[in-house]
Amino acid sequence: MTKIVEPDKQTNIFRRPSSEYGIWSWITTVDHKKIGIMYGYAAFFFLLIGGLEALFLRIQLAQPDNNFLSAAEYNAMFTMHGTTMVFLAIMPISAAFFNYLLPLQIGARDVAFPRLNALSFWIWTFGGIFLYSTFIFGTAGAPEGGYLAEEVGWLGNAPNGGWFGYQPNAGFKYSPGTAMDYWAIGLQILGISSLVSAFNFIVTILNMRTKGMRFMRMPVFTWMTFAVAFLLAFSLPIIAIALFYVTFDRQFGTTFFLTEGGGDPVLWQHLFWLFGHPEVYILILPAFGIVSEILPTFSRKPLFGYPAIVFAGFGIAFIGFGVWAHHMFASAISPVAQAGFGISTMVIAVPTGVKIFNWLGTIWGGKLNLKTPMLFALGFIGMFVIGGLSGVTHSIVPADTQQTDTYYIVAHFHYVLFGGAMFGIFGGLYYWFPKVWGRMYNETLGQIHFWTMLIGFNLTFGPMHWLGLQGQIRRTWVYAEETNLGFWNLIVSIGAFIIALSILIFMANWMYSKRKGEIAPFDPWDARTIEWTIPSPTPVWNFSKAPEVKSLDDFWHAKYGEDEEGRAVRRESADDLLLQLEEEGLNPEEEIILPNPSYFPFVLSSGLPFIGYAVIYKSIPLALIGVVLLLVGAFGWATEPLEEEFNTAEEEE
Amino acid sequence: MSSGHNYPHESTGVETRKLGMWVFLSTEILFFGTLITTFMIFKGRDFPGIKLTDVYDIPFTSVSSFVLLMSSLTMVLAHNALENSDQEKTRVWLLATAMLGSVFLAGQIYEFTEFYHKGFELSTNIFSSTFYVLTGFHGLHVFIGVVFLIGLWAIGQRQQGLSLDSGFNLEFIALYWHFVDIVWIVLFTVVYLI
Repeated sequence: MTKIVEPDKQTNIFRRPSSEYGIWSWITTVDHKKIGIMYGYAAFFFLLIGGLEALFLRIQLAQPDNNFLSAAEYNAMFTMHGTTMVFLAIMPISAAFFNYLLPLQIGARDVAFPRLNALSFWIWTFGGIFLYSTFIFGTAGAPEGGYLAEEVGWLGNAPNGGWFGYQPNAGFKYSPGTAMDYWAIGLQILGISSLVSAFNFIVTILNMRTKGMRFMRMPVFTWMTFAVAFLLAFSLPIIAIALFYVTFDRQFGTTFFLTEGGGDPVLWQHLFWLFGHPEVYILILPAFGIVSEILPTFSRKPLFGYPAIVFAGFGIAFIGFGVWAHHMFASAISPVAQAGFGISTMVIAVPTGVKIFNWLGTIWGGKLNLKTPMLFALGFIGMFVIGGLSGVTHSIVPADTQQTDTYYIVAHFHYVLFGGAMFGIFGGLYYWFPKVWGRMYNETLGQIHFWTMLIGFNLTFGPMHWLGLQGQIRRTWVYAEETNLGFWNLIVSIGAFIIALSILIFMANWMYSKRKGEIAPFDPWDARTIEWTIPSPTPVWNFSKAPEVKSLDDFWHAKYGEDEEGRAVRRESADDLLLQLEEEGLNPEEEIILPNPSYFPFVLSSGLPFIGYAVIYKSIPLALIGVVLLLVGAFGWATEPLEEEFNTAEEEE
Repeated sequence: MSSGHNYPHESTGVETRKLGMWVFLSTEILFFGTLITTFMIFKGRDFPGIKLTDVYDIPFTSVSSFVLLMSSLTMVLAHNALENSDQEKTRVWLLATAMLGSVFLAGQIYEFTEFYHKGFELSTNIFSSTFYVLTGFHGLHVFIGVVFLIGLWAIGQRQQGLSLDSGFNLEFIALYWHFVDIVWIVLFTVVYLI
């Protein structure tokens, strides 16, 4: 017999949403698991679009002097590829992991602010739609002395000033269309979303930990989420202000970044990279956390040097605010600043190295279980080391000046963000697949996915190192045949299509296994952290009662003891424990109170794109629509209690 | 709060929403920090045309600053009244705070119009741009604060009144309001006095 709590629908002016299935249940949900799943799918959708844009770029560059894309289209494609992958793919996929796993890993029933969580997701969604609506409503325009308007085409009507939006190129004079306005305001909206989720995660980790979940007992993934949330909270305000300036420059005639009026284009670079470098760690730290969960589980050993990994993560986050100018060695900064930032760039390699050696120490002497998540984690270490090493070379200023804006840089950051972040993320998607869907993915397909992706990835980005060193320039739509760069560019383009193939394999596996895969056993990986002490798929209420944590890797210690020589020995009671946990997890004894769904996060966030359009088109009616939606959302939200007055009903099971 | 009542939810002992507000305010420091830094960077540079020192009126701005500071006092009084469960006084002080905030805003609007008519416009020079964006961003914060306060006052009109531990919370709006006041002290010093 379970006590189920039902909201009394009479207490409010508006009827509260009550759908449990169908589209309204998703639009109004405040459940962190559903929000996590929505983040995952929406981000994957954008990942596919960003990937498609990359394929366009690679088709264009497959041959010398190609004319598949015009220069204008090429500019739009690389800008949208970068912007999409950073803000609409990797960040939100990480957010999907945070949302789904964070409360489970600290033993909470939900995040600290469930409706704010829904708000972050909806603001992000509307921000993404707004940014992409540039293809329909935006215009790239034809700058004086640049390409002609008729060369722009449909694909070219997107932001074209690079994801970094350097001024004055992204200013009104050289990007006269509305496309860069879409970019600046779109990023602004996306930034609000990330800020809101950063508050939410920080407070959740500080305040929602279950009994005995002290800081030094938290899983590393939770720690990395914490670090990322701080990075978001302290770096996004900087870019927000810088984007305000851009919008003011473009819309209201100010000259913050334009030398004509006394402004300073280098200021944009400082502000952008003061955000942009922490952003790099925002992208990579979640993968660090995921890998730190996968490696111990599949090596059947505790994580080597847990405190060192945690502190190294925060070391990276902290030093990450002090290295931004290494993106600007070719810009106007003084030699002293160059030397200083060169040194800080070397210093940040230290905590990163600490982590890598700790991961190696974790694998060392372990009984490796080479399942797909483990393969991706190992691939992550290998690829990330390559990317990290090519990264340290940028701290040598003269070398960096030579490499700036060549494909060497492109190779470097793709090894870090694709070979690093994306491999980690794919590992995590496989690792927690049974947790989310209650079924197993297909192992064979998973391994095929890993190997095709590894091969495709290295074919794509490996040759870019020497293409760059030979002098191929980034962001240039053609290269001449005499440069002899054609052969390796063709290899690179073939590699890109192999990556696309591997993604298709992944999707097939996912769609099939989600419905038809084998039912997952209760604890499929013999895992260590408490999200595996509850049934899969996770029940709506997560934990049927607040778990009590007694040590780091609590679940492991519940299953394993030590013999005289200190080897892990599975307790005889372990199997009974699993049965008991499954039974308890499905049948809560206590009254469970969950936050109610709400329309208002959706309503509130739907106002933001209207305000964005109003700024671009200087339209009062659009602004009014936006403000009204914001106000209705905010007012409804403020007057609606998180949990209704409850009628407790008894229900037979 | 979001979980069952038998579920732990304040591991640090600080109320969750208040903690959220503190985290929010810490990012606000970065917002204003970036704006003030930009202002300071451009302040030392040469720029053509009219300067703030040609148009401003320090006594006027001092008075409106004083009004804003007093609103912090009334905010504390509202909080105090609510702690003593005096709903009526709470509403009065809330309204007083909102009024003082509005007076400050009116002063800022008057000041901006005055500057504008004297030829100190948004796009006159880099200094005027930084001035308007910086003080305007603060004004927006005051405006949002006033909306919050009036909303709180309106909710306080309902039968059950306001409470310190549930609903739209007076305490964290008070935190926000004090923060906005403190920022103004910094801005007034940096923009007008230095």
